[in-house]
Amino acid sequence: MVDGATALPGRSVLGGRVPSRAGRPPGRHALRRRAVHLAFLVPALLYLLLFFGYPVVKNVVMAFQEYTTATFYTGEAPWVGWANYAAVIDDPVFSRALMNTGLFTVGSIAGQFTLGLAIALFFHKRFPLSGVLRSLLLLPWLIPMIAASAVWRWILDTDNGVLNRALGLLPFVDGRPAWLTSTSLALLAVVIVNIWLGIPFNATILYGGLQEIPDELYEAGALDGATGARAFWSITMPMLRGVVTVVLVLGVVYTLKVLDVILGLTNGGPANATQTVATLSYHLSFREFDFGMGAALGNILILISLVFAVAYLRLNRRAVDE
Amino acid sequence: MGHSVPIRRRGAPTLGSRPRATGSRGLRHTVIGVAVIAIMLFPLYWMVNVSLQPAGNAAATPWLPFDLSLRGYEIAIAEQGGNLVTSLVVSLGAVVLSLLIATPAAYALARFRLGRWVSVILFGVLTTQMVPGIVVANALYSAYSDLGLLNSYAGLILADSAAGIPFSIILMRAFMTSIPASIVEAAYVDGAGPLRAFLAVVLPISRNALITSALFTFLFAWGDFLFALTLTTTESMRPITLGLYSYIGGFINDWSPIMATAVLSSLPAIALLVVAQRYVAAGVTGGAVKA
Repeated sequence: MVDGATALPGRSVLGGRVPSRAGRPPGRHALRRRAVHLAFLVPALLYLLLFFGYPVVKNVVMAFQEYTTATFYTGEAPWVGWANYAAVIDDPVFSRALMNTGLFTVGSIAGQFTLGLAIALFFHKRFPLSGVLRSLLLLPWLIPMIAASAVWRWILDTDNGVLNRALGLLPFVDGRPAWLTSTSLALLAVVIVNIWLGIPFNATILYGGLQEIPDELYEAGALDGATGARAFWSITMPMLRGVVTVVLVLGVVYTLKVLDVILGLTNGGPANATQTVATLSYHLSFREFDFGMGAALGNILILISLVFAVAYLRLNRRAVDE
Repeated sequence: MGHSVPIRRRGAPTLGSRPRATGSRGLRHTVIGVAVIAIMLFPLYWMVNVSLQPAGNAAATPWLPFDLSLRGYEIAIAEQGGNLVTSLVVSLGAVVLSLLIATPAAYALARFRLGRWVSVILFGVLTTQMVPGIVVANALYSAYSDLGLLNSYAGLILADSAAGIPFSIILMRAFMTSIPASIVEAAYVDGAGPLRAFLAVVLPISRNALITSALFTFLFAWGDFLFALTLTTTESMRPITLGLYSYIGGFINDWSPIMATAVLSSLPAIALLVVAQRYVAAGVTGGAVKA
């Protein structure tokens, strides 16, 4: 089963018997074939195990240890049971980070998805220059996130930022909002920047999904009187369901682990106003050098991500079945 | 999550494709489209505008760079030139490593009769997308510290391939599944072994998928911030993303060198869109994964 031993002689695509080798004993041949197959796969499997499997296991272990700078000198990391989890969860910053993570994720995804879908629908019409404009739209997504964060910091600057200067031109705005330095606005500002970063990805994938919908459906719908909004809700959205699932699941999974944008814009501040589970984990490990507590938070983050993905995929499957 | 749109049906519209809006309606759409893109790209315009302003100015930036100055770029290159080179070496290294590892695996998953193992491995590859970078960095830091890989090219190249390898496996597998079996079979009839068939037949046909994978792996590694931040501790080994972060970390009294650095760090992405647009489009829809 594994290596195609059931393939008919002379018919198999790879590793099956080929005329020039028919003389070899089949046992040795199958073994060699299996070795070749393994050689193709082993480097990748090894890499994935070392750079994804090992870190996950290591974090689970580390979370039960007092793993600090001292560990690097003494080589000792005493077992502390659930103490790291208890300490992390008891810290008032944790509930703040948890809430911020929720608001950041929901806000980012809602904004990225709606605006991305709107742009995808608009470009689906195809008009002169639409191809060029669509590829230009990708730029914010392709440049390093930290470069984008850098320019947004200057745009959102309270005194000299271009956003506040533009707002100052409007008659009904007074004062200059401190986008990144006030505890009430910083999270909103970070969400806005993250929406901007996510629109290209959402728009491009959803556009691809729209292209796959056969035009005949719209033609048939039009005959039955379904045009405009009716056509959108009764043809476009149902047909787009699979792509929407991909965009939303990937979007949430990626947004949960966002670090660059927040570190670049606010470093989690002011006063933890933009601290998320991911940035707090970074902070504990690499600023306070308590890797055990950082690992505990990292594990909580994976758990959140896992629960969401499983729940969403299951709900979605049930909805499709009905 | 078993999604992967193979690279296909790109470019030329097929029969029955939606009619192109022309005439005044088309023109109206173009105007709205240009406006939307102008708003979306305004921050990038601002980046370039600030980078071209005379240095030593932390006050409000003029709307247009009338007083054109390259001083920001001079400072940026003097201070960050070495970091740009570091990023270049690391990113190219990550491309080579990713392709060496991902290409044979993609082929094996597309063509070898591995039965249910194909879906098990693919599921594993997709699951890697859920692992937060901070979890990887957390574990790698102590491992790298033991192995002496902190502040090394090898260490960064290995870590920065973490985005490119799963992406490339999925993208190239989708492509290689679409290669007609008869082409590979012909190579076997000619007496080629699996390795020869792979190198001499499959790789040349898969050229486009290889290029797309390489370009995106480069961009992922080039834009990496987290591993640069956690796995390097010295100034001598500092990718450009971290150089930029250390700029904006302190008190800022001059934005033009910072924005010049941001522009320089965005050049690969811009160059890519200009020279390799079709590969980019294929990469975004084909892989749909970015760590």
